[in-house]
Amino acid sequence: MAIEEGLRSELSKQGVLTTTLQEIYNWGRRNSVWPMQFGLACCAIEMIATTMARHDLARFGAEVFRPSPRQADLIIVSGTVTKKMAPQVVRLYNQMAEPKYVIAMGACAISGGPFKQGYNVLKGIDRYIPVDVHIPGCPPRPEALIHAFMLLQRKIAGQPLTGANRPRHLDPEGAGEFPVPEFGEHDLVPPANRTGWRPPVVVR
Amino acid sequence: MPGARIEVTRNPAVPEQASLRVNRTHAVAAATVLRDDPELRLDYASNVTGVDWLDRVVKEKVKVRRLVDGEEREFEDVIELRRPGHLEAVYHLYSMELKHGPVVLRLRTENRTDRVWVPSLTPVWRSCEFQEREVYDLYGIEFAGHPDLRRLLMWEGFRDHPMRKDYVAPDDYEYEPTPHDTVLARAREHYPAPDKPKGAA
Amino acid sequence: MIMERDPVPVDLPMGSEGPGYELLAKPGADGETDLLEVAMGPHHPSTHGVFRMDVVLDGERVVKLKPVFGYLHRNHEKIAEGATYLSSMPYTDRLDYFCSMTNNWAYALTVEKLAGLRVPERAEYLRVILAELTRLQNHVCLVGFLVQDMGASGTPLMYAFREREKILDLFESLSGSRMMCNFMRFGGCRCDLPPGWVEAAQRVVDHYPRFLDEFERFLSGNEILMARTQGVGRLTRELAVSAGVTGPMLRAAGVNYDLRKVDRYGIYDRFQFRVPLGEHGDTYDRYMIRVLEMRESVGILRQALRDLPEGPVLDPKSRLRGFKPPAGEVYGRIEAPKGELGFYLISEGGTMPYRYRVRPPSLINLTILEDLCRGHLVADVVVILGSVDIVLGEVDR
Repeated sequence: MAIEEGLRSELSKQGVLTTTLQEIYNWGRRNSVWPMQFGLACCAIEMIATTMARHDLARFGAEVFRPSPRQADLIIVSGTVTKKMAPQVVRLYNQMAEPKYVIAMGACAISGGPFKQGYNVLKGIDRYIPVDVHIPGCPPRPEALIHAFMLLQRKIAGQPLTGANRPRHLDPEGAGEFPVPEFGEHDLVPPANRTGWRPPVVVR
Repeated sequence: MPGARIEVTRNPAVPEQASLRVNRTHAVAAATVLRDDPELRLDYASNVTGVDWLDRVVKEKVKVRRLVDGEEREFEDVIELRRPGHLEAVYHLYSMELKHGPVVLRLRTENRTDRVWVPSLTPVWRSCEFQEREVYDLYGIEFAGHPDLRRLLMWEGFRDHPMRKDYVAPDDYEYEPTPHDTVLARAREHYPAPDKPKGAA
Repeated sequence: MIMERDPVPVDLPMGSEGPGYELLAKPGADGETDLLEVAMGPHHPSTHGVFRMDVVLDGERVVKLKPVFGYLHRNHEKIAEGATYLSSMPYTDRLDYFCSMTNNWAYALTVEKLAGLRVPERAEYLRVILAELTRLQNHVCLVGFLVQDMGASGTPLMYAFREREKILDLFESLSGSRMMCNFMRFGGCRCDLPPGWVEAAQRVVDHYPRFLDEFERFLSGNEILMARTQGVGRLTRELAVSAGVTGPMLRAAGVNYDLRKVDRYGIYDRFQFRVPLGEHGDTYDRYMIRVLEMRESVGILRQALRDLPEGPVLDPKSRLRGFKPPAGEVYGRIEAPKGELGFYLISEGGTMPYRYRVRPPSLINLTILEDLCRGHLVADVVVILGSVDIVLGEVDR
């Protein structure tokens, strides 16, 4: 439940700071999202360029890129996910501790991208893991990645602590481990697994 | 070098780079000669490729003499020749010492189905090691004498050889917003009610 | 302390086949030590992409090393067989994703050889300018990544990327995209330079030697760099030639084979430049070769920018729509920043190639990775891999 803005500003003029538990909890969470150092292909170079001096991602809270999934909050899937790599991506996602978020960066991570006809290309990482923000582009500019990061921060700020829309880490019934696909003889087994999460469908 | 059957294949393209086709039994010896001969010194194998040639029917026009009404006349007849398919390994060789090249070497398998071995040239040029593994992975040509013939790019349990011309990729169709032609045909199988094109009533 | 990754608990396999490590009994040993097999990758802190090495260790020394790749195999060759010649051009950008201009040039050169097309003067000069700019930013990023893998935690990489951003701005104002430029066409370049581009490029090129001096002051005499790279990963001449190693790695081993001087493709015979050669073939030589090549590239750029003629940038007789080269086959190659990048095309006279093959320099350079790493420590493996300069987009295509 939010505080009325007029009341809040009146009180703050008197030197009284008011907040709700949700606001302050999400404020802490969204301003210190640590991504995992996970680059697959060309988009990884733009991701590295985003962390460099010109477009500095660290000012948004992504101070360190942790190589270990146990210490990261966010996995930026940047680059084409091939069928050979897909089980590893899902395993890394499972190893991350909740709360965890996924940004699918680039056309290849969203749906296979320009390599969609490939026999070894996974047509989108959202076949196996839930994705929070998709960034189109091939590769997306560093500013687009920063925009996506800010969108993620806004999404985290809007997550309630209780109720049906609460995030997975506060929900004991929520999906925990996502099943890891196996290597089949011709394809991955299963080719897609949307039991834990389903991407929103656009009906025309 | 006695006994080696080497054939020169003409190449009709603009650079007119002819290639040498060597038969399988003498390939390693021929390659060693190419590498060690003091005039050639082809010590650098730049590129190893696989090519898949399918069975094809070639129509040729031939002039035939036939008896018609008691006279011999010439007719043009169309003969169909069946050229059986085969797989091929193509090697591009250069010389780093003498700075010339390329010399193109071709090794052919007997057919595309069961007799698909050729000798490996890895003992002659070390750079063939990974490239021949890739040709094995993607085309299925078995290189006899290769130190470590495993799949390179696909995973170990994969069964097919994807770069062959008759490979059919598994059908994991993904939603497309504006399908047309062959993509629309596949979309109809996965999505029972096809999308109406935009602008239609 | 330089450690490649955090220690992994037993139940978390990192490789695709089997557990992350296993103990092998060393035959004949009566002692306590066993060999340890570790799968380094495909996800690891050194920033070289999804590449896995199965390393067998005796304590900290490497006994055997088997590289495993294919984690980025994107079926470029198969897609090209079903696409027209020109529509494969954007895919060549994504091969070696640092150097899209040189990839484009290699493909355009091969198709021009096949079809007998001629390229106008201005386009040739432009191609040389863009290729040398690409070489500059590739080598500087490589040095940045190499030093970062040694533990320099990002600072040299920041310097490298600062210069790279200037060059990417030039590419963006010319072709519309920072990285995937898709700029070369069969018979020339896609479009002409915008006004002011030559002056901007001149400014970048003039500033570059000062930046290189600053960079070298930090790095070339640095004790840590020298201690970690000198004598590490020695490559002999015979092995380099036999294994088909090309590019700066080959020249660091002492073999004078630079395609810009051997093949003299494009108009490289008009420029004065030297080819640096190494003596020892170790990692420090490979690092220094790249720094020296950057200086030579600056020289070539100065000459090319000075002599850039006027004229068209695309051959007026080249057809872009419905392009059908004659039947036949061709192998074209250039000196890409990583090595010899070659394209092998078999055409049957149609609009789509029958066989399209990329000869990836990074893959061939990896043939001798095991030979270089044997006997060294685990930490040296990362440094050696960094000096081989691989890009997984090219290795796996």
